[in-house]
Amino acid sequence: MGNGTSIGRVRGLGSAKAGAHHFWHQRLTAVSNLVLMLWFVLSLALLPAYDYDTMFAWVSSAWGAVPLILLATSVFYHAKMGLQTVIEDYQHDETRVVALIALNLVYGAGWLFAAFSILRIAFTGTPA
Amino acid sequence: MAMVRPKSRPVSPHLQIWRWGPNMLVSILHRATGVAMGTVGLALFVWWLAALSGGAESYARFLSWFTGPFAPVGYLVGIGLSFALFQHIGNGIRHFFMDIGANFELKGNRQSAIATIVFAACATAALWAWLLVGKH
Repeated sequence: MGNGTSIGRVRGLGSAKAGAHHFWHQRLTAVSNLVLMLWFVLSLALLPAYDYDTMFAWVSSAWGAVPLILLATSVFYHAKMGLQTVIEDYQHDETRVVALIALNLVYGAGWLFAAFSILRIAFTGTPA
Repeated sequence: MAMVRPKSRPVSPHLQIWRWGPNMLVSILHRATGVAMGTVGLALFVWWLAALSGGAESYARFLSWFTGPFAPVGYLVGIGLSFALFQHIGNGIRHFFMDIGANFELKGNRQSAIATIVFAACATAALWAWLLVGKH
C-alpha cells in the first residue's frame, strides 16, 4: 500500500463493505412485491362485490389490513428506489438533487398517508 | 455534477442506430411500466384507501370513475395498470435469472423476453375476462 497516488492508497484494502444496499433492497422488495401484489390482485378479483360495505369489511379485517400495510411499505420503497434510478440516469445537472429530495419527501408522505388510511379503516371498524 | 461535454467528442451509437429486438423492447418496457405503476398506480392506490377511509360518500365518488359516465377512463387505467403489473412481474422474474448469471445466451434471452410479453397479454386478458364475464 503506497501513499502516492489515490489508487495506490486504496489498493489492497478490499471493498468498502457498503454501497450495494440499493441493488440488494431493490431485489428484496421485488420478491416481497411479487408475493404481496399477487395476493392483492387475487383478493380483489375474488371479492364478491366492490361496494362500500364489502370493501370496508375486507380492508378493516386483519387479513386485509395487515398485508395491505406490508404491501404499501414494500411497494412504496421499491417504487422510490426505481424512480431514484430513473432520475439518476436522466437528470445530470443540479436539479437532480432537488428531484431526489422531492422524491424522498413525496414517497415518504405517500406511504404514511396510505398506512394511515388503512389503520383508520381498520380501527374505525365495521360501520353500524 | 454539471455535465459540460465538448461537442467534438465521439458518442456511442444510440437507439436509432440499433435494429429493435424483443430484449430492447422489454428493457424499456420494464422502466416504463415501473414508472407508470410508481406514479399513476400508487396515486390510484392512495386515492382508493383515502376515499374508503373517508366514508361512504367519498368512496362513492371514487367508484363513480369505474361505474359512471367516466367508466371508460377507469377501465383504460385499470387494464393498462394490470398489463403493466404483469409485464413488470414477468420481466422482473427474467431479471432474477440474469442476476445469478443465467440466461445471457442470445437465443434464450430473446425467447424469454418474448415470453414476458405473451405472459403479460394472457394474464391481463384472463384477469379482465374473469372480472367482466367469469364472475357474473
